[in-house]
Amino acid sequence: MNSTTRNSIIYVIFILAVSLAGYYINNFYYLQVLTFIGINTLLALGLNMLMGYAGQISLGHAAFYGIGAYGTAILTVHCHLSPWLALPGAIIAAMLVAYIVGIPTLKLSGYYLGMGTLGFGMIVNIIFREWSSMTGGASGFIGIPPLELGPVSFSSAKNYFYLVWGFVLISIIICRRIVDSRVGRALRAIHDSEKTSAAIGVDTSKLKLQVFVLSAGFSALAGFLYAHLILFISPGTFSFITSIRMVTMVVIGGMASIWGALLGASLLTLLPEWLHAFSEFEMVVYGLILMTVMIFLPKGLTKGILDIIERMVKKHDQ
Amino acid sequence: MTNNHSLLEIKSVYKAFGGVEALSDISFSLKTGSITGLIGPNGAGKTTLFNLISGIFPTDKGDILFNGASIKNTKVHKLVERGIARTFQNVELFESMTVLENILVGQHTQTRCGIWGSITRLPWVSVEEKKARQRAMELLDFVGLREHSSKTSSDLPFGWQRLLELARAMAAQPKLLLLDEPAAGLNIMETLQLGELIKKIRERGVAVLLVEHDMSLTMEISDWIVVLDQGRKIAEGTPRSVQDDEAVLKAYLGTASKKVKAESRINRKNYK
Repeated sequence: MNSTTRNSIIYVIFILAVSLAGYYINNFYYLQVLTFIGINTLLALGLNMLMGYAGQISLGHAAFYGIGAYGTAILTVHCHLSPWLALPGAIIAAMLVAYIVGIPTLKLSGYYLGMGTLGFGMIVNIIFREWSSMTGGASGFIGIPPLELGPVSFSSAKNYFYLVWGFVLISIIICRRIVDSRVGRALRAIHDSEKTSAAIGVDTSKLKLQVFVLSAGFSALAGFLYAHLILFISPGTFSFITSIRMVTMVVIGGMASIWGALLGASLLTLLPEWLHAFSEFEMVVYGLILMTVMIFLPKGLTKGILDIIERMVKKHDQ
Repeated sequence: MTNNHSLLEIKSVYKAFGGVEALSDISFSLKTGSITGLIGPNGAGKTTLFNLISGIFPTDKGDILFNGASIKNTKVHKLVERGIARTFQNVELFESMTVLENILVGQHTQTRCGIWGSITRLPWVSVEEKKARQRAMELLDFVGLREHSSKTSSDLPFGWQRLLELARAMAAQPKLLLLDEPAAGLNIMETLQLGELIKKIRERGVAVLLVEHDMSLTMEISDWIVVLDQGRKIAEGTPRSVQDDEAVLKAYLGTASKKVKAESRINRKNYK
């Protein structure tokens, strides 16, 4: 089976799973959780392109998530734009910021890049908090309009679920296509060794900047969807903790794996929901689970599970 | 371009690290389709010169011309676009990638699909990708690794990794190929095979600059030899003429002959 047919089969399964979930699940809470998984998948997908493939860490990606959310809030409420016009506006704004910030920041590498992006994320968060006339300040931004497209209103949980997962599907296709191309190969080459990549003719700083801008775009899309789902945003949602959670999703799911992003996002969205039963011990159990995954499946869930299956098949053959 | 035009011209190049002069007043030139061996004892400045040509270090003084245009202080990736490819002394493959992918990524400068191209997958992108794969397989044929194309590159034995790196450098369709000690770590058979490959590369019209410690290989395949010692060029010529050169013998055997002289002096004293 060649990779194109395998890909098509995976997409068909994906679409079937989403439609079945949408068809059978009527519970508002479940739909909401699934929608959040979709939004988090978008965050993890974008960051995975930067971290998993190009090997560049960012501890400030919540800033782009926030720019997407605040961008659409400002454009729809203050500028009275239609959300569908605000969507490209918010994404372009985030990409533009990523471009400007990326030029000096991506000259750094390793820990220093981590610190640089961390600082950037904090500055943006302070702007959300302090620029009250625009962002509503610490008390948050209220009155974001719900989405509607002609006769279809996305204020129902089910429609919003379909909308988000539609975007997830498109994003997965985009990421897969980039990964399986000349660009994807060059990104993985940078991950292996920047020096050697340059020596075979890859313009490493340009490519790193491009993928940084691209991943900011995905985060902004997630921010847009978040804002029009909750209809209220506050700076806390886009803080340092969110950046760390994004990194955790990528690492837990499996670096350089597109389906890993989906898996990581699902686990990190569901775990807190499942762990409510532990009440005050919730965070302890949460931390323990993440530690266990990292100790026993250091390559992340996707590769770890695949390795286990492979080992079982081998044992079976013997 | 005229026939006697040099592909690469090193024009009185100087390079110092701190106060230490690593290269001083080095000049020589390289012709299209020739193999030039750069030799010299340890610390002669071979690697430094190699790094200046391949753009790793900036040149202090003097100029390096490629195809008549200065490449001094050009960025490394731009040099590859212009037609200068290299291999590394310690073999630098992309270890997480397969053999085939290493060659494909080696064609980076020969292909042009960007992010938009990869997302839209327009017909020309598919055509380009198909051609790239075809060319990659041809190159794997050239070095004899075709049947290992889907293996992870780090799983290959060391000798094959060298060949793969050579094929990857050739994937950029260079006019000048810089080889940094390509025989290091190879056994005799592998070294012979490598020598044949380098000669075949010359037949394809590529100029080769070789830094190598294996004298028999260098003397066997080179058309021209440049000898450095302590940052200076002490001789250049055909392999035969260089081997008989007084200055070269002194550079390589210098300490030994001094020792002989010193010993004879002591002996004379004793006789008195």
